[in-house]
Amino acid sequence: MNVYFSSLVLLLVSAALSRLIHHESRKRLIGCGGVVLGSLLGLYPSLMTLMAGSFELRVLPSPIPGLSATFGVDALSAFFLVAIFGLSAATGVYSFGYLKNQPRLLQTLPFFPLLVAAMAAVVMARDGFLFLVCWEIMSLASFFLVTTEHEIKEVRVAGWIYLVATHLATSFLMVFFILLSQKSGSFDLLFLFAVIGFGTKAGIFPFHVWLPQAHPAAPSAISALMSGAMIKTGIYGILRVIPLLGPPPLWWGGLLMVMGILSAVLGALYSLMQQDLKRLLAYSSVENIGIITMGVGLGLMGMTRHDLIVTSLGFGGALFHVWNHTILKGALFLGTGVVVHATHTRMIDRLGGLLKRLPVTGTMFLIASLALCGLPPLNGFVSEWIIYRGLLAGTQWPIDRFFAIAGILGIALAGGLILASFTKVIGVSFLGEPRHEVPNKGIGELHEGSLYLFLPLVFLVTIGLLIGIFPKFIWSPIRTIVQDLDPSLIGMPPELISLSLIGRIFAGFLALSGALLLFYRIFIRQKNNRRAVTWDCGYSAPSPRMQYSSSSFAEPLSIFFRSILRPQTLLKKPSGIFPQTASFAEDVEDLALQRFFRPLFGAFARSLGLFRKMQRGTIQAYLAMIFIALIALLVWEVWFGI
Amino acid sequence: MESDSISLVIHLSLLLLSPPLFLGIIAKTKAFFGGRQGPPLFQPYYDLVKLMKKGFVYSRSSSWVLRLAPILILTSILFSGLLLPLGHEAPLHFEGDLILFAYLLGLARFFTILAAMDVGSSFEGMGASREATFGALSELSFFLGLIVLAIMTHSSSLTGLTGLLSEKGPYSPCHPSVLLLFVTFILILLTENSRMPIDDPNTHLELTMIHEVMILDYSGPDLGIILYGASLKLFLMMVLAVSVLFPQTHGIQATGWLFLKLVGLAIGIGVIESINARLRLIKIPQILIANFVIAAFALAVTLLKGGF
Repeated sequence: MNVYFSSLVLLLVSAALSRLIHHESRKRLIGCGGVVLGSLLGLYPSLMTLMAGSFELRVLPSPIPGLSATFGVDALSAFFLVAIFGLSAATGVYSFGYLKNQPRLLQTLPFFPLLVAAMAAVVMARDGFLFLVCWEIMSLASFFLVTTEHEIKEVRVAGWIYLVATHLATSFLMVFFILLSQKSGSFDLLFLFAVIGFGTKAGIFPFHVWLPQAHPAAPSAISALMSGAMIKTGIYGILRVIPLLGPPPLWWGGLLMVMGILSAVLGALYSLMQQDLKRLLAYSSVENIGIITMGVGLGLMGMTRHDLIVTSLGFGGALFHVWNHTILKGALFLGTGVVVHATHTRMIDRLGGLLKRLPVTGTMFLIASLALCGLPPLNGFVSEWIIYRGLLAGTQWPIDRFFAIAGILGIALAGGLILASFTKVIGVSFLGEPRHEVPNKGIGELHEGSLYLFLPLVFLVTIGLLIGIFPKFIWSPIRTIVQDLDPSLIGMPPELISLSLIGRIFAGFLALSGALLLFYRIFIRQKNNRRAVTWDCGYSAPSPRMQYSSSSFAEPLSIFFRSILRPQTLLKKPSGIFPQTASFAEDVEDLALQRFFRPLFGAFARSLGLFRKMQRGTIQAYLAMIFIALIALLVWEVWFGI
Repeated sequence: MESDSISLVIHLSLLLLSPPLFLGIIAKTKAFFGGRQGPPLFQPYYDLVKLMKKGFVYSRSSSWVLRLAPILILTSILFSGLLLPLGHEAPLHFEGDLILFAYLLGLARFFTILAAMDVGSSFEGMGASREATFGALSELSFFLGLIVLAIMTHSSSLTGLTGLLSEKGPYSPCHPSVLLLFVTFILILLTENSRMPIDDPNTHLELTMIHEVMILDYSGPDLGIILYGASLKLFLMMVLAVSVLFPQTHGIQATGWLFLKLVGLAIGIGVIESINARLRLIKIPQILIANFVIAAFALAVTLLKGGF
């Protein structure tokens, strides 16, 4: 336990020091180096705990009498700690390279180790109040990191949306913990509050609306950390409270399944429609969280039916996918950071031909997207396969088989749409010819960034590859965790012998392709090998602008799904005999935002209009109001008792 | 065991050597309908040999994706073939391998689309975009069809789905959901393998651009590998469709009967291609949805009629 605490302390010290030091390169070294060291220091005991399946608890002296500060690490916490610390170490190395000569971005560097420490503390906290405190620190630290470039209006708006969303979530969680401690309130209500609170942080539909706003606004390393580690704490929360709420009725699992299916399908669909590289990846995170939620819902349904196989496959698949998504989404965002760093734009339609100029980054991006689509022979397939197997087992149930069937179709459709989405990204930005001149730089000058920028990328993708070939190593600790989640499970979760067969098939696939490629190269390719212009049907002047753009690639699917997407088009038709200008723009706004949150918040704003008259605009008035409210609450608590 | 290695040899030779023959059969059938004599039955083999002897022309816009794609596509389809039983247990089988089967074909699609985008041409971009769309939509019907089969045969492995796990056949072919499933899989076959009325495999014009246009910039042995891979994919889909209607049994004789049924199905595909004109592109999503509805009907009949 002491090692965990020392890692937290190291992170906090690094945060404080990087705030105090003003010299640029030393600040960068202390901040990023502190993150790397602290994460590695915490990673080692987490791996040990995970493999040994042990449990440690430590109570710290608490500053508030009556409330304890208990930290504990069991297999579930250790599982998430490995993900958090592992990704933080990678992003620490990456940031060290990224922040070179970027004094503007260094201002919020102190919050980086603070965020890592807060995430780790959330996963280690054992009682409600401590959990909420760490949760709040995590949310605030990430808010400050998201609004690093707050001189841009978009970033400020995104920051506000994120702040409101995360505080709404926290308020639901506060009610949840209070009700739980009072042991009052029905378990159904508790479950709902937990799902809303943790689901907002995780990014489950329809509470995901902050994700696609906040991720593009944040610097790339922070987007990687948020998407890879922070939203997983929402999943951790749901998994942690499941044993506390007793035997689940069927509709709990069903609700999570439905929300998961919606998140997966709609996340993939909206991802396809984006032209901003980071928003596309943010929606893809929503899709993967949907798959994880489906796994959790499946596990809950298995618990209701006392079906050991389905429970372990559901929870196990969800946990496995947590790790896979952390690794792969982290790699994708870091790769995006390199692209943005080199080309100064996030718009896919302004890119093109980057694979030849950024070969390592492009290849890693390609492999990571391959894995994230769930395609063999990589790790993404294995976790989706486990969930599929659970769903297939669920199709044998008498009545709830429809959830299982809907689940399989949901993952299949989401998989198809996300395949379209990633082929779009890679095809339009990395392949083909460059579409626009890069501002301030000729295209020919693009080059790979420093070693710090792509080493973490290579490292993460390699881990993904290895997990795909040796999935048994991940499944064994997961079985322990699933056993803890539902102690009423009689017997051990299945060993899934087919996993090693899958691993060997993947290894065989890679070996066969490698052998065929070698054979091909040596024996067949030595013939005359000409280069020519792309076949252009005899056009005299083919240009890069003739290539497919990202919106044209997504056009057939956008027409097919237009009743869900409701795209808004701005069309200026060519007019007159010699038309000069014409323009076409299509925008797809998030359904939940459009139909649910905007009207809701609009109604709130209108109904609270009367309070607007009380707004004075001076900070003294606001401080006075806060003070009065606190005193009133204190009086109410002491006199009337709660 | 000896019979195991013999059956492996038979499986591999059937898998690797026979697919181009079915392309030849389809071409002969279409020629018959057109009143022509048509190319020889083994023409696809001659084409492959000819292509292997030629040289390469690579587009200047392309990167390593275009060069590596043909081999990767071939490997994925080969491994799918190893998962599919042909009259005896497949060389690779485990519970849940139908998911691997579908996703390996998805891997082939991924690289086909990427290689098409790699050359930076609007023709291939068109094909890539359409392939991505129709692929996403046909996956739905494909998975639903597989789910119905899984419910009917109580198995989640292709070996069980094609009927090899039960002694006398898991279901009678006259069951209505079987016929509906057969129609579903035939339509999926037509979509995935660019057959009429979804796509015309004979032309490379803008009008008929889904699969054929994505291979415009391949040349020489690359093109040979792509064509061979396409014939292999057609073969796999045909085996799946035939096994729905006529569940497989064990033995070399069963493999022989399977081969004959595949020939019959190839002739049937030739007939369908000859009597249908190509659909307008707008109608294709409607066909895919109709396919999904047919599969949903099969599901409803399976669940309601019972007996499984």
